[in-house]
Amino acid sequence: MEKIDVHTGRAVPLRASNVDTDQIIPAVYLKRVSRTGFEDGLFAGWRGSDPDFVLNRPEHSGASVLVAGPDFGTGSSREHAVWALRDYGFRAVLSSRFADIFRGNSLKGGLLTVLLPQEVVEKLWDMVEADPTTEVTVDLVNREVRAPGVQEAFELDDYTRWRLMEGLDDIALTLGHTEGIAGFEQARQRWLPVTQ
Amino acid sequence: MRRPDLTIATEDHNVPTQDLLAPIADPVSRKQVETLRKNCSDFGVRLHPMGDIEQGVVHVVGPQLGLTQPGMTIVCGDSHTSTHGAFGALAFGIGTSQVEHVLATQTLPMAPFKTMAVTVNGTLRPGVSAKDIILAVIAKIGTGGGQGYVIEYRGAAIESLSMEARMTVCNMSIEAGARAGMIAPDQTTFDYVRGRAHAPKDEDFDAAVEHWKSLRTDEGAVFDAEVVLDADELSPFVTWGTNPGQGVPLDASVPDPTSFEDPTARAAAEKALAYMDLAPGTPMRQVSVDTVFLGSCTNGRIEDLRTAAEIIRGRKVADGVRMLVVPGSMRVKEQANQEGLGRIFEEAGAEWREAGCSMCLGMNPDQLQPGERSASTSNRNFEGRQGRGGRTHLVSPQVAAATAVRGMLSSPADLVSL
Ligand code: SF4
Repeated sequence: MEKIDVHTGRAVPLRASNVDTDQIIPAVYLKRVSRTGFEDGLFAGWRGSDPDFVLNRPEHSGASVLVAGPDFGTGSSREHAVWALRDYGFRAVLSSRFADIFRGNSLKGGLLTVLLPQEVVEKLWDMVEADPTTEVTVDLVNREVRAPGVQEAFELDDYTRWRLMEGLDDIALTLGHTEGIAGFEQARQRWLPVTQ
Repeated sequence: MRRPDLTIATEDHNVPTQDLLAPIADPVSRKQVETLRKNCSDFGVRLHPMGDIEQGVVHVVGPQLGLTQPGMTIVCGDSHTSTHGAFGALAFGIGTSQVEHVLATQTLPMAPFKTMAVTVNGTLRPGVSAKDIILAVIAKIGTGGGQGYVIEYRGAAIESLSMEARMTVCNMSIEAGARAGMIAPDQTTFDYVRGRAHAPKDEDFDAAVEHWKSLRTDEGAVFDAEVVLDADELSPFVTWGTNPGQGVPLDASVPDPTSFEDPTARAAAEKALAYMDLAPGTPMRQVSVDTVFLGSCTNGRIEDLRTAAEIIRGRKVADGVRMLVVPGSMRVKEQANQEGLGRIFEEAGAEWREAGCSMCLGMNPDQLQPGERSASTSNRNFEGRQGRGGRTHLVSPQVAAATAVRGMLSSPADLVSL
């Protein structure tokens, strides 16, 4: 996993609430068996049907920070939503509310999701719309977001932050506790089902 | 892989629901299914492939086999894993990397969830179902209302539900934003589990029941949030928009976006109505559909098929309407055929398919065409969920059946006058 500490990049304003994962990446793209190359599926419905959709506007090409409306990532648990955002080039998504599963997936998958008050989101929207070259900094070291006239702290637990900064993978961390897992398994009730 | 003996796989999302013997036409789906088969054989995981009697939607198959039991922790790479919470199991959907993590370690590092009690008092009126309960809950708390919570559904109306109906309620917890939904195990639960292929046998069953009885929430427990509903006030519910929280009673009309005070909700309503091609003020009952889909892990169980068949028996699917009836599993199909339900659907002019997720999502050949409108017993009415440009109204099996007959969103009561 790629390490993240301080990321600075241009931002895309996505003025929509309740953007579900079916919009982020439609189901047809989930049938691939690979784990990369999902950038073509990102917002495919909107990109395909609406020439005015933000990601179709040339002034936002190459942006790496997505500033989204509330309840971003609702719906299906597909992790492809995170992969598509990351493969497209986004390193961070800012919103005033994320769906739980999406948030969990993103923090595990090295896409930094940052919770900000809605006023700050609105301010960033206005700013980026007025000047698409505006740069936004997401600083994991100091846990704050910065842009011209904006300096806003965000919360992220120490453990997740450490993992993201180290680029560490969960499985390796858990395998350090193999004895504890084996102990737990010994205590399993005898009537509980097995599949074989 | 740590515990193949605690793992099961089935083919559901992208399989066709007819011509099972023909190779899967879509090369990407075919590759995915082939990859699953190879992986299961390489790692010794039990798989129910297309054509197998136990094949079907994973959330129908687990309970049916008796693999879902009270007190268990169950995860699956699908958000509707919350269905299994109907048994008093902690069951939730996980992402692909978490699936990897579970396969490798049989554990998952997690932060504790918050708790929410959704109490449904009273008694459901005839024609009103579990689906209407959960759609009303979602409309009340919103699609983000359950975020961070595990919901416990309780109260007299919940206790009187069958296991199938409890699964419908828990299934859609995720549509309220909650990670999981649970119902305390009781006699209804024990009776459902008893005798199933993987249920505990003899003294083990008694010992298990003793333990299961202890799994109830303590008297006077405090929840982080509480919601109360009265079942007597509920009526058949239907969605008008593009998220499951955008619903109204079937008796009502398409809402006017300007009636929403919250600007975000207003904008969302405007966008939804444009996508759904609905004018504010149109009575929901006057909305006509092209397709009716009865199936999915929300409403593809035997009881759902029975209820719908009851309504459709001796009637015909309206001209110009296509009705797809897709059993949740091949076992459900077998049982439905034994009970003569399959014939009832076919005689009415519906298509009686093989098991799978089918038109619940546009990932297999069963899809809506752009602009087509469906009444669907599934769980998501997102833009394009049932096929690009498709328009979905979520409904109960009763409403689906009545709608198929009238060709317009309807409740069974509307058929009496036909
Ligand atoms: S029936 Fe629909 S919701 Fe259920 S598992 Fe299949 S695709 Fe998901």
